[in-house]
Amino acid sequence: MSLAQSSLTDLRKQIGAGTLQPVDLVDELASSIEARNSEVGAYLSYDIDAAREAAAQADTSLPLGGIPIGIKDNINVLGETCTCGSRYLEKGYRSPYEATVIQRLRAAGAIPFGRLNLDEFAMGSATENSALGKTTNPHDPSRIPGGSSGGSAAAVAADMAFATLGSDTGGSIRQPASHCGVVGLKPSYGRVSRYGLVAFASSLDQIGPLTRTVDDAALMLQAIAGHDKADSTSLDAPVPDYSAEIDQGVAGMKLGLPKEYFGEGIDPEVRKRVDESVKRLEEAGADIVEISLPHTEYAVATYYIIAPAEASSNLSRFDGIRYGHRNRETDDLLDLYKLSREEGFGPEVKRRILLGTYVLSSGYYDAYYGRAQKVRTLIRQDFEKAFEQVDAILSPVAPSPARKLGENSEDPLQEYLSDIYTIAANLAGICAISVPAGTVASDTGTQLPVGLQVLGPHLGEASLLRVAKAAEIR
Amino acid sequence: MATDHIDVRYVAGLARLELTDEECATFQPQLDAILKYAETLSQLDVEGIEPMAHPVPVYDVMREDVPGTSLPVEAVLANAPEQAQGQIRVPKVIAEA
Repeated sequence: MSLAQSSLTDLRKQIGAGTLQPVDLVDELASSIEARNSEVGAYLSYDIDAAREAAAQADTSLPLGGIPIGIKDNINVLGETCTCGSRYLEKGYRSPYEATVIQRLRAAGAIPFGRLNLDEFAMGSATENSALGKTTNPHDPSRIPGGSSGGSAAAVAADMAFATLGSDTGGSIRQPASHCGVVGLKPSYGRVSRYGLVAFASSLDQIGPLTRTVDDAALMLQAIAGHDKADSTSLDAPVPDYSAEIDQGVAGMKLGLPKEYFGEGIDPEVRKRVDESVKRLEEAGADIVEISLPHTEYAVATYYIIAPAEASSNLSRFDGIRYGHRNRETDDLLDLYKLSREEGFGPEVKRRILLGTYVLSSGYYDAYYGRAQKVRTLIRQDFEKAFEQVDAILSPVAPSPARKLGENSEDPLQEYLSDIYTIAANLAGICAISVPAGTVASDTGTQLPVGLQVLGPHLGEASLLRVAKAAEIR
Repeated sequence: MATDHIDVRYVAGLARLELTDEECATFQPQLDAILKYAETLSQLDVEGIEPMAHPVPVYDVMREDVPGTSLPVEAVLANAPEQAQGQIRVPKVIAEA
């Protein structure tokens, strides 16, 4: 195994033993990026010299001391660009402040490194909505890496990062992790500060890690979790030691299979990989039971009312005045707003702003947004009832392996429907993780990764990671 | 729920988006399809169900009322498309009578 394929756990050991220097890590990333980024397109930008400089000064006694961590390009890093994959922020914006997760990574000794591609403002499931670059799946260049954290997943899978940060509003960490064959954790809502994450849907967004192993996900979560005064929705709850019980296995644990997640629509080969993972957990001593999440079929509709509604409000800040793109041909203020936004935003962002504006508009609010908020309660209650019965829930992450590039471009609804297994966790605010469950052969002979999703109760990350580790193929 | 077509041009105005005719023509059927799909929610009886705006019960979080440092003015202004005299420059807001 090459250095570029090392887990954080391995790197820590070698750095601790003095057999590896942080500068070596930067050099290693530089050569893998040189070799693969032109094809994979995970990074929009990066600065090797700055990383080398930071590595030379790194405090290797810290938990992530001297390890470069890739950053999704919607998380503010002081002095760097933060394009959100959008023409609107492509030029002229430099972060005047630093996201809390970045401050925490630095406090843990890590080196925030590079800007990773994403769907524009994190809106999408394929990274094809980025206005600034194409990202392909490292396992098959004719296919999507998933999204919206496609760059974050592809960078780890293509050995161009040891670990990365992504954000997950409806599956944007877990689905690309599944498609690229890496681990992707969406923490419970409120576990990780959102301060400095460019807001898409504020009641759904969470930042989380994409890593090679479940142990690494625990290390990363440890570094970024906890209360933050700058985010009033972050919870003032104790942060447990996420590695302490991670190896204790699943013997005696009760794990639920929601029958609604295993119905029609799932690719039979994906189903096989998920079934094998379930079997592995059963052999490790877990008690597998069937459960029901009766409102599952309403999750996509609920999500695609609530998320665009919040997005339409959040994205009103991009008005051509304070930062980003401004149309300079008009001297009328209203036209300046309209033209700057028209020129700066891509089609999916416009679609969601329109949808969100519509469902919040006079005469439609109660019928759409008001109703969706009530159905959201029913979806949360489904999970609350399920977690009275089981310790964690097992499911697929996506109905099929990574699709071909360009396949759903004219049919947004079809693309939205593929989010069915991941969005409920965001609506309910619970934690969930995608763990590699094997691969499926494509018609062109490539091996496409498939993930197993483990869902846990709110703030139940410690036992979630324990189940995920037991399911991990080693 | 409403079954009529979404008036894309009108909604775009509310959202401060200047769409081209082509965009309107593309978005119209797509948004209609999404909204039609969203009508599945009307099958559910939600009478008496509390709406949920937020996944965790955190209310009225106030910060301590103590002065702190703000972002440096120069760093913030540096991002403005146009600036003058330490302020962001915008087109005339008040029209002459």
